[in-house]
Amino acid sequence: MSKTFSIGGIHPHDHKISINAAIEDFPIMDMAYISVSQHLGAPAEPVVAKGDKVKTGQLVAKSTGFISANIHSSVSGTVTSIEMLPDIFGHLVKHIVIKVEGDEWEESIDRTAQIVREIKLSPKEIIERIAQHGVVGLGGAAFPTHIKLTPPPNKKAEYLLVNGSECEPYLTSDYRIMLEEPEQILIGVKIMMKALGVEASFFGIEENKPEAIKIMSRLASASYPEIKIVSLKKRYPQGGEKQLIDAILKRRVPSMGLPIDTGVVVQNVGTALAVYEAVQKNKPLFEGIVTVTGECMSEQRNFRLRVGTNLERVMFAIGGFPKDAVKLISGGPMMGKAVSRMDAASVKSTSAFLLLTQEETKRGEEGSCIRCAKCVDACPMGLEPYLLNRLSRAGRLEELEENMVHDCIECGCCMYSCPANIPLVDTIRFSKAQVIKIIRSRPKK
Amino acid sequence: MISTIIFTILSLTLLGLILAWILYLVAQKFKVQEDPRIDNVEEVLPGANCGGCGFAGCRAFAEACVKAEDLDTLFCPVGGNDTMKSVAGCLGMTVAEKAKQVAVIRCNGNCDVREKVNHYDGYSSCAVMASLYAGDTGCKYGCLGQGDCVTVCNFDAIKMDPRTGLPEVDEDKCTACGACVKACPKSIIELRNMGPKNRRIFVSCVNKDKGGVAKKACDVACIGCYKCVKACPFDAITITDNLAYIDYNKCKLCRKCVTECPTHAIWEVNFPVRVPRKTESEKNEQ
Repeated sequence: MSKTFSIGGIHPHDHKISINAAIEDFPIMDMAYISVSQHLGAPAEPVVAKGDKVKTGQLVAKSTGFISANIHSSVSGTVTSIEMLPDIFGHLVKHIVIKVEGDEWEESIDRTAQIVREIKLSPKEIIERIAQHGVVGLGGAAFPTHIKLTPPPNKKAEYLLVNGSECEPYLTSDYRIMLEEPEQILIGVKIMMKALGVEASFFGIEENKPEAIKIMSRLASASYPEIKIVSLKKRYPQGGEKQLIDAILKRRVPSMGLPIDTGVVVQNVGTALAVYEAVQKNKPLFEGIVTVTGECMSEQRNFRLRVGTNLERVMFAIGGFPKDAVKLISGGPMMGKAVSRMDAASVKSTSAFLLLTQEETKRGEEGSCIRCAKCVDACPMGLEPYLLNRLSRAGRLEELEENMVHDCIECGCCMYSCPANIPLVDTIRFSKAQVIKIIRSRPKK
Repeated sequence: MISTIIFTILSLTLLGLILAWILYLVAQKFKVQEDPRIDNVEEVLPGANCGGCGFAGCRAFAEACVKAEDLDTLFCPVGGNDTMKSVAGCLGMTVAEKAKQVAVIRCNGNCDVREKVNHYDGYSSCAVMASLYAGDTGCKYGCLGQGDCVTVCNFDAIKMDPRTGLPEVDEDKCTACGACVKACPKSIIELRNMGPKNRRIFVSCVNKDKGGVAKKACDVACIGCYKCVKACPFDAITITDNLAYIDYNKCKLCRKCVTECPTHAIWEVNFPVRVPRKTESEKNEQ
């Protein structure tokens, strides 16, 4: 029987139209724009200067501070400048601009297709290698993986959960790698299990991907018995850490807590593959699988895209920006971010480019709340979005905190289910940020 | 029958008197000593409860005035100098006259000169929009045009101009309470002295980018070229982070900087229209 999380959730149409598009290598462009802030935490510090020759996979920016990640060149060529360029939100971020000359990789990277099964490194060396190769969580937040794999000393990890649910509509990048590189993913999971010192791991996949469940189950039962494949009911937001833990283990993460508080570490499928490549193949994280999709496009694609590729070039490669598309979203339609600058470049955690037409993306006219409680039913965190919305608009931060606004995961279920088209997430997200800032600023007991 | 009615009336009257006496004793015992001057001061205040003075309302301000040793740090922006004089009169103190201030919008980038690079269709609020991304134009410092300042204004003094997409301050209604200054997430609005004859000069831009970047985003941005600094005979202009700022206490309203500014980012308000100077040849003709 398939499992799922206990409260809230919605069932949007999955629109997985790019499901049959095999992963293809995206051609390398003439310029690469590599941001030094591609992860959660402190931006990395460039270690190259203008005029330096760099190879593909060479370290170009070093992590600073505890929560930070190394950044590697995704191309080989000459650094032409280090300048402030806009990211997809229009904020200026330091970018390393590289003029591409050929594609010469670092010699240490194993470029053969051979699968390396034996894990030689010790747990400590594994974490060092992951940190050195700049692996970050590819589920969306881009949290540095080596920190997630080093739980605080007073807490012990019991299980490793792997998120292969890909519950966002449209996205198929995780599905394609499960189909095309299943064994590499499972080895990646095993590496992370060794690093954490856990005995068992659960690998959750949603039912709408039967092919992936079949392949992964067959492989896991044959060679990796410690990894258990769990079939999950199709439901959004199953891929949220807290929802996945609830669905598979029936455990609840406390408010303002982390999964490790319940003895669990959650990692994404894409991260598992990146860990495999970093540890077994010595390859830093400088490319990722990106779905380029939309109903308005004649052809759906899944690309292996180098970090720092200009978005205009990506659009050009798919035959130009489709005529009736009005919005480009980086990520899925529920939690993705609208791209405001086409001159921005892709980053490590880019998982999809979704093109929507006026019809699909239009917001309905906002009506009055009729207290139908659809948002309350839909909220997977058990909050009351209609109330939080009203309090947010009035700026009543104390009452917002009493009503646990800081627990909101911004999944958008409330707004999706609202019959009055009230922009619930917009207002709640804004006040949530303010409340969390206040909570963090309080002295710890 | 009649005795019952009399007995009832008497007993209730007695009960009422006893309870009234208890209430009187309690009220005497727990009486809150309040300075009668607070009421007097509150009476002369405008009663808008706008919070512009920094207190929760007019009553709180009145209490602060009564407690304060001198009135130099306290000011009611709505009532202005006249109100402060009456307050001082109530309390038997003196108060120095303060220059009248007004809110100015330091963004000049209307739709014609500041090109829109994307279209925002989220919740209509500057604060929410600013938390999401840099804005719908190339300039990340400029006005977002969702009208948070209009919403917070208690005096109906700010309106969005649909032609320019920028807010406009009605200087007759503006009381310089500062609510819009706090509401603006981009810190564009500043309180400046009204100036003699309501004339004032200010830099209508807050773009801190380097000249080239700023100019590319907006035709009327301050590019930090130092021309105004050199032109100013009173050292009133300083440039920090590629942005000029005119100190209104030093500015003598000579308007030299206005003509010098290559991007027309410096604004003059309420000055008479300039008559173009006649050239030598024109003078000779006369």
